[in-house]
This record gives sequence, C-alpha cells and structure tokens, in this order.
Amino acid sequence: MTENEKAARQKKISHAIMWIVLLVLFICFIAPFLLVVINVFKTKADITSNPLALIGAHGFTMKNFPEAMKKMNFWTVFGNSMIITVSSTILTIAVSSMTAFVIVRNQKWKFCTFIFSLMIASMVIPFQVLMVPLVSVYGGTLGVLNHRLTLILMHVGFSVSMAMFMFHGAIRTNIPLELEEAATIDGCSRWQTYWKIVFPLLKPTVATVAIINAMAYWNDYLLPSLVLTKKELYTIPIATQAFYGTYSTDIGLVMAALLLAMLPILILYVFLQRYIVQGVTAGAVKG
Amino acid sequence: MKQNTLSYKIKQYLMFAGPGTILFFCVVIVPFIYGVYLTFTSWDGVSAKKPWVGLANYAAAFADKDYWAALGRTAIYSIFAVVLINILAFFLAYLVTSGVKGQNFFRSGFFVPNLIGGIVLGYVWKFVFNRAFVALASAIAGGTAPSLLSTPNGAMCALIIVSVWQYAGYMMLIYVAGFMSVSEDVKEASSIDGCTASQTMWNVTVPLMRASFVQCLFLSITRCFVVYDVNLSLTKGEPFGSSVMAAMHVYNQAFTYKNYGLGQAEALILFVVCAVVGVTQVMIGKKGEVEA
Repeated sequence: MTENEKAARQKKISHAIMWIVLLVLFICFIAPFLLVVINVFKTKADITSNPLALIGAHGFTMKNFPEAMKKMNFWTVFGNSMIITVSSTILTIAVSSMTAFVIVRNQKWKFCTFIFSLMIASMVIPFQVLMVPLVSVYGGTLGVLNHRLTLILMHVGFSVSMAMFMFHGAIRTNIPLELEEAATIDGCSRWQTYWKIVFPLLKPTVATVAIINAMAYWNDYLLPSLVLTKKELYTIPIATQAFYGTYSTDIGLVMAALLLAMLPILILYVFLQRYIVQGVTAGAVKG
Repeated sequence: MKQNTLSYKIKQYLMFAGPGTILFFCVVIVPFIYGVYLTFTSWDGVSAKKPWVGLANYAAAFADKDYWAALGRTAIYSIFAVVLINILAFFLAYLVTSGVKGQNFFRSGFFVPNLIGGIVLGYVWKFVFNRAFVALASAIAGGTAPSLLSTPNGAMCALIIVSVWQYAGYMMLIYVAGFMSVSEDVKEASSIDGCTASQTMWNVTVPLMRASFVQCLFLSITRCFVVYDVNLSLTKGEPFGSSVMAAMHVYNQAFTYKNYGLGQAEALILFVVCAVVGVTQVMIGKKGEVEA
C-alpha cells in the first residue's frame, strides 16, 4: 500500500514537472505571435521605444489596421488567395482521385505501372529545379503568366503525384471490387460508379488531402511570386513581402499587416484544429 | 468482353486520369526535361535564341565559389537544424503523450507555426530579433545591444532557431503517432522483466519507432536543403551575403543575374545532392528496422 502510494506520489510530481516544462515551451512557441499582437495596438514611436511594454506610452490605438488594410489592398489579396486555394484544392482532389482509381483498377497494365512509378519518383524533385523552365515555357513561349487559372493548374499539376499516392492507398485497401461490380450490374456506367459509389467512400482521405494541400497553397510564396507579378493578382504571402519592402520602417503598419496575414488561418484553426492535426498526421505518416 | 480491349482501356484512362496525367506532364516532366536542355545553353531569359554551349555551364557551376559557399552553408545549417528539430520534436512528443493535463491543447499549440507561411514567419521573427531581443538585451546589459541578425554567425543562428521553431511541431505529430503505435503490452512486458522507465524507453519504445525517425529525418533534411521563404524574409542573405542558402543563390543566379543556363545547372546539382543525401538516409534507416 505504502509502495503504491509512494509510486502514485512520484508520478504526480513528475507530471507536475512535465506540465511546467510544457507550459514554458508553449510560451516560447507562441511568444513571437504574442509580441505581434501586443505591438499592433501601439503607435510607431511606442514600438520603437519599448517593444516589450504591454501598452505604449501614447495608449491604445486601432489606427494601424485600417491603414495597413488599405495599403496592402487586403480584401483583394484575401479574395485572390481564397479563389486560388479553394479551386486548386477542389481540382486536386477530383483529378488525383480519378487518376488513382484508374491506376488501382488496371494494375496489370504496364502503362499504368509506369505512370505510377513516374509520379512517385517525381516527388523528390525540388521546385528549384523546375522554376526556370516553367517561367521560360509558360512566360516566354506561351505567355500565359499573370492569370489565376495558370497558377491554379500549376498547383494541381505539382500536387497530383502526392495526392494520387494517398488516394491509391485508400482505394486499394478500402474499396472492394465487388462493390463496383454490383454497381455495374445495377446499370451504372464507370463514371457513375466512381462518383456515386467509390468517391463517397473516400471521405477521410479527401479530408486529409484537402487540409494538406489547402495549407500548402495558401502559404505558398515562390511559385505564385513567379506566376503572378501584377499587383491586383497578388496573394497574401506575395502582398506581405511587397508590403514589407515598401513600409518596413513603419513598424506599426508592418505589425498590422503581419497579423492580418496570419489571422484567417488562425481563426480557421481554432474551429478545425482537431481535423487539421489529424489530417496532417495522416498525410505525413502515409506520405 | 469489350472491357478488355485496349481501346476501351485507353478511353477509360483518358476519361479518369487524363486531366491529372496531362497537368502532371505539363508542370513536372516537360519542365524537368526542358530544364536539363537549358543547362546546355547560355540563355539570358529574354532573347529567342538559346545558344548551345555544351558543358560550359557545368564548368562554370563547379568554378562558382559563391555557389559552393552557399551549398556548404546550407549543409551546416541543415545539420544543426535537422538535429535540433528532431531532438526537440521527440522531446515534445514524449511530453504530450505522457498523460499530463491538457496534452491535446499543447499538441495543437506546438503545431501553430506550421500553419503560417515562411514569408510571414520570417518577418515576425525579424521583428523579434531586431526589436524585442535588442530591447531585452539592452535592458539587461545596459546600452544598446546589437541585433543577432547583424553578424554573419548570428544570422545563421537566427535561421536555425526559426527553422527549429517552425518544424518541431510538425515532426512532433509524427513522433506522437510513433509513440501511439508502440503497444502498451510490449512496454508492460519489459517493465515486468525488470526494465526501468528509461530502459523501456531506449531499448523498447525507441527501436520500435524507427520508422518515425526515418521519416522525420527525411522530411526535415529535404525541407532544410531547399529552404527559401524564411531565408528571404528573415535575412535576405544579409549581412554581406553571408546567409545566402543554396536555393536563394540559384534564384538570384537565374532571375537576378539572368544567367538562366548556369542557374539551372546549379539547381540540378542541388537536386542531385539533396536526392543522394535523402535516399542514403532512408536506405540506412530502413536497414535496421525492427518489428514487435
């Protein structure tokens, strides 16, 4: 009994220590964000004189937000990011799940095995190797840069292999062939079978692929910066970079712009954190 | 039946996989092959002519001192960042699976930096290094302390700190999945056999989590080797070009100095180095995998 009590007490103490360590680390992790939040409500002079004070000497101000929003063209930029992220994600899911479906159901066909291996092998190619030829072909020869659609299709093209791989695993292990045969006997075409029977069963994978890709598209900087060079087409990361280049000395505005750039995804995270954490884990472990 | 004819198969393929395959070829395969061709030309990015120069770009790449300095710097940065990311991530994963109160909250909290893009993170940290840390150091030491970002070694340290902070939460999730995959039975058996908690940890749990280690190392190595966004926003290669990483050097070579052929050749070398390191690591890691 005393042995047990002793062990229980020891466990309690070690848990308390671990909890404190976690708390300290957690504060370190979110401190940079907290600093931005504190300083966004201060005037430029107050930030310069003491960035660590909770409230500046000149008091609380909301002036940074409207000005930063106007100079960053926030709503346009936000809209661009939304359009690009949402359409790229939907297209990626549709296109890559269909590709995976054909490849899984034609495993004996050499051509499909070849495409499958090619896509898997391509996943090791870093973007840096492709950026010069991409700009050369689509900017120089075809002249299709500065269209949102170009960026959306490129996003999809880059994500197809990884997403296809995840759907491939899901279809192979979770969708019995008998189910499709039954649908065919009942008079479904292949197209109907896919969208009415197979696709609805892929929901968990759809969620994972959607979360991983939407986050990647939303935050991507290098590809969008090469494709979209007109100001009215900027996405949030490009606009933040351009904003910083112009107004880096006006630190109050910078704080507001940074907070605005982070807010949409942080708000989303508050509501969907369970799904996001699950999705990212599933994606990382499978990929 | 007609389902086995080749033309039926091709029709099916085009209907379902056509769009995916075409897009994949358009943005990955064609540019990759075309990129290899570009390394044999001295294209300036503007003119329609792409003069054939043979292996001159590769010779120039091997002679480009700045490139090798950048590559060496990237290697040093990657070694430090990868090791620290994985140590911190493993430690965090251990803490958030130990059953303390609020562990799910902490788990979500540590993941937050991954939600935000490298560009924004870099600027946030630039503020922290240039203003907050300077104010803190000045308050403690008196006078005005210099920013970490103003010295070459300081800028490298800053890049490593930010990368560790950025990726630790993500790798933590993979380690958490690894911890969960080790069944309680095995751990219990080892403790009945007389293992202490730390012996169980190092001799039972960790070897069984080998797959998680292989994966985290692979992900962190491949990401660190092509770091660009944080590099651009946090240091921009400053001071005096002492924090230019390989990816940034390639970008500048091609798009700033308009040496497209040379830039592309250097990008290909970067890709080969990255692929060799990544694949070797996975092969070594997979070799000793054990199963319970």
